[in-house]
Amino acid sequence: MFWGVDIGSTYTKIIGIGKEREIVHSAVIPTIFNQDVIVGEYLADKEVKMLVATGYGRYMLEESHGAPVISEIKAHAKGAYFFEPSVATVIDLGGQDSKVIKMGESGSFTDFRMNDKCAAGTGKFLEIAANRLGLDMQTFAKAGFAYDKELTISSMCAVFAESEVISLIAKKESLANICYGVHESIASRLASMARKFVVKEGETIVFTGGGALNPFLHHMLELKLERKIVIPKHPQLMGAVGAALSGFEVVN
Amino acid sequence: MGVEQHKDLLGSIGVDVDRHAKMMAMGLDAYKAQFLGQPNRPKAMEYFDWFMSEIQGQRIAEINQLRAEKKPAVGTFCIFVPEEIVVGAGGACYGLCGGSNATIADAETELPRNICPLIKSAHGFKLQRTCAYTQSSDFIYGETTCEAKKKAWEILAKHHPVHVMNIPHMKREKDLKMWQEEIEEFKEHIEGVIEKPLSLEAMKEGVRKVNAKRSALQRLDKLRSSNPDVMPISGKDCLWITQVGFMDDIERYTAKINELCDELEERVREGVSVFPKGTPRLMALGTPFAPPNWKLHTAVENTGGCVINEESCIGHRYFKDNVDIEGVESEEELYARLMERYSKIDCACFTPNTGRIDKIVQMYKERQADGVIYYTLSFCHTYNVESHLVTEAMAKEGIPCLVIESDYSPEDAGQIKTRVEAFLESISFKKKAQAFANK
Repeated sequence: MFWGVDIGSTYTKIIGIGKEREIVHSAVIPTIFNQDVIVGEYLADKEVKMLVATGYGRYMLEESHGAPVISEIKAHAKGAYFFEPSVATVIDLGGQDSKVIKMGESGSFTDFRMNDKCAAGTGKFLEIAANRLGLDMQTFAKAGFAYDKELTISSMCAVFAESEVISLIAKKESLANICYGVHESIASRLASMARKFVVKEGETIVFTGGGALNPFLHHMLELKLERKIVIPKHPQLMGAVGAALSGFEVVN
Repeated sequence: MGVEQHKDLLGSIGVDVDRHAKMMAMGLDAYKAQFLGQPNRPKAMEYFDWFMSEIQGQRIAEINQLRAEKKPAVGTFCIFVPEEIVVGAGGACYGLCGGSNATIADAETELPRNICPLIKSAHGFKLQRTCAYTQSSDFIYGETTCEAKKKAWEILAKHHPVHVMNIPHMKREKDLKMWQEEIEEFKEHIEGVIEKPLSLEAMKEGVRKVNAKRSALQRLDKLRSSNPDVMPISGKDCLWITQVGFMDDIERYTAKINELCDELEERVREGVSVFPKGTPRLMALGTPFAPPNWKLHTAVENTGGCVINEESCIGHRYFKDNVDIEGVESEEELYARLMERYSKIDCACFTPNTGRIDKIVQMYKERQADGVIYYTLSFCHTYNVESHLVTEAMAKEGIPCLVIESDYSPEDAGQIKTRVEAFLESISFKKKAQAFANK
C-alpha cells in the first residue's frame, strides 16, 4: 500500500492507494497535538510500502517516521491532475492558507500564488464567521443562496471582518445576506489571486481543499471568474492523494 | 561572553543591562542554531562567529573608546549616510538594531501598528534601551526615504539626538543640487560633534577606507555567485558577513573580508562547494535583512536551495558603487563626487526607478541564477508597490520569481518554507526537464 498523509492546520487527510493507483483507504481526522503519533497509530496495523507526507505538519512525519516530504503545492497539483487530467489551474482553499496553482505538463506545476501571512482569504475566515453566526459549516455554506441584498465585507483582516459581521448582525441584516457577504469577500480574494493564471476560455479550473466542500463558495467563485469550475470527487483529499501518488511513482 | 565582561560600560551608557543580557543570550543561541551547523564552512568564518559573541561587548567598548577620543559615533538606518565623512573624522558609522521582533510591542506604545517592522523594532530598542549601539551614538542619522521614517524621527528625537538629512525622491538636477547641500551640512554637523574642522585630506582618507571596504565586498559577491557549479560559501554566511559590515571596525573588517576571499578563491579553484552541484541558485531582491532577520535565507538553504546575492540595502545596493576621488582638489568637488555616488543608489524611494529593474535582469544573467525571491517587509510601501513592476519584468524575461511579504514575527515561518519549497521544486523540475530535453 502506498500512503499519502496531508497534515493540514485543521484536518489530517490519509490516503492509501493500491497497485492500480486505486484508492483503498481514506480517512479525515482532526489535527490536534502529536499528530505524527496519531498517524502512526492509524497505520500501525496496515501494510506500508511507502509513506509520503505533505501539508503544514509534514516535517513531523519526516522526523518521526523518516517519511519523504513534498510541498502542498506539488501535492495538490498531482492530486488534481489525477482526477482531472485536463486541469490548467487549481484553486485550493485550506484552513490556514489559500493557493492558486498554474499547471504544467503531466501533473507538474509551473507557477503558484499563495496568501501572505494573514488569515483573510483562508478557511479560518469562514470558520470564524460561521461561529459568530452560530451556524455549523454545512448550514452556513447553504444559507447564502437565499440572499436578497449584496452586502460586502470590506475588511482586509479576518479579525476585523469578524467585527464587521458583528456590526451587520446589530444592524439586523438577514442571516442569508451576511452569509452572502462573507462568501463574496473570500471569493473575490481567491478570484483576484486566480485571475493572473486563468487566461484562456475553455481551460479547466479545479477547486480543491476543505473550502471546495462549500457549495455557495463554489457558486460565488464561478460568478467572479465567469467560468465553470470543476470540483473533483474528494476535494479535501487532493493533497494526500498527490503525496501517495508521488510515492507510487518513485517505486514503480 | 562579551556582554558580561562589559557590564559596567553598558550600564554607564544607559543600557538596561539585565534585559539586554537576556536578549543577547537569545540572539547568540539563535545564531548558534542557525549558523554553526552548516557543513564545511570556510575557516575564515571563525572571525565572524567571534564577532557575534562580541557584537554588543568588545565592539561597544571600541566605539566608546573612540568617543572618549572625541571622535564621532553615528548610528544609522539607511545606506544614504555619507559614511566617508564620519570615517574621515576617525569615527564609527554603524547600523543600529532594528531586526528583532522582541522590541515591537514596546514601540507600539508610541508608533502605529501598521508601519514597517524595521522602524518599529528600531524605535523599540531605544525605548527599551537594549541596543548598545543606539546608546553609544552621538546622534542617529535619520533620512526621508519613507513617510513612516520621517515622521518617526520626530518621536525618536524625544529620546535621542537625531540629525535628519533630506533625501530627494527624484533625481532631477535641482534635486541633486539640494542633495549635495545636505551632504555639506552633514559634514558641518560632524564638525560640531568633534568640535574642530574636518580637512579635505581627512575626508579623502575616509573615502579611500570606505572604497576599500566596498571593493572587498564586491570581491566576495563575485566569488560566491559567479561559478554556477561551485558555491564556496553559504548565502546565509554571506548575509551575516554583510550585516557585520554595518557594525565592525572598517579596517579590520576589510582585512578579514579579503582574508576570507583568498580562502574562497582557493575553494573555487579546487571546486570546493558547500552545496551540491545543481542546487537551485536564487537571488534575494527587495527590502533589507537587518540582523537577526535570517528567516528567508534559513528557509531557502534548509530546503535545498542557496542564495547567491542580496539585491538589498544590506547587500549589493550598499557596496556596488565606489566614490571616484581621482583629481579631487576642493571640498566642493568632493561633495559633488559623493553626491554622484550616492545618487546611483536605486532605492525604491525614487520615482522613476527603472534602472533597478534593468540591473536586476543583468545581475541575473551574469550570475546565471535560477530564480529570484522578491522579499518585502510588510508596510514597506515603496518596495512593495515596486514589486509589481519588477515581477512584470521578470515574467517578460522568463525569470522564475516568488514574492514574499513578511515581518519579524515567527508565525509565518512554516508558510514561507512551503512557498520556498514549492518554488524550488518548480525550478528543479524545470532544470531537470531542460537537461532531459537537451540530451
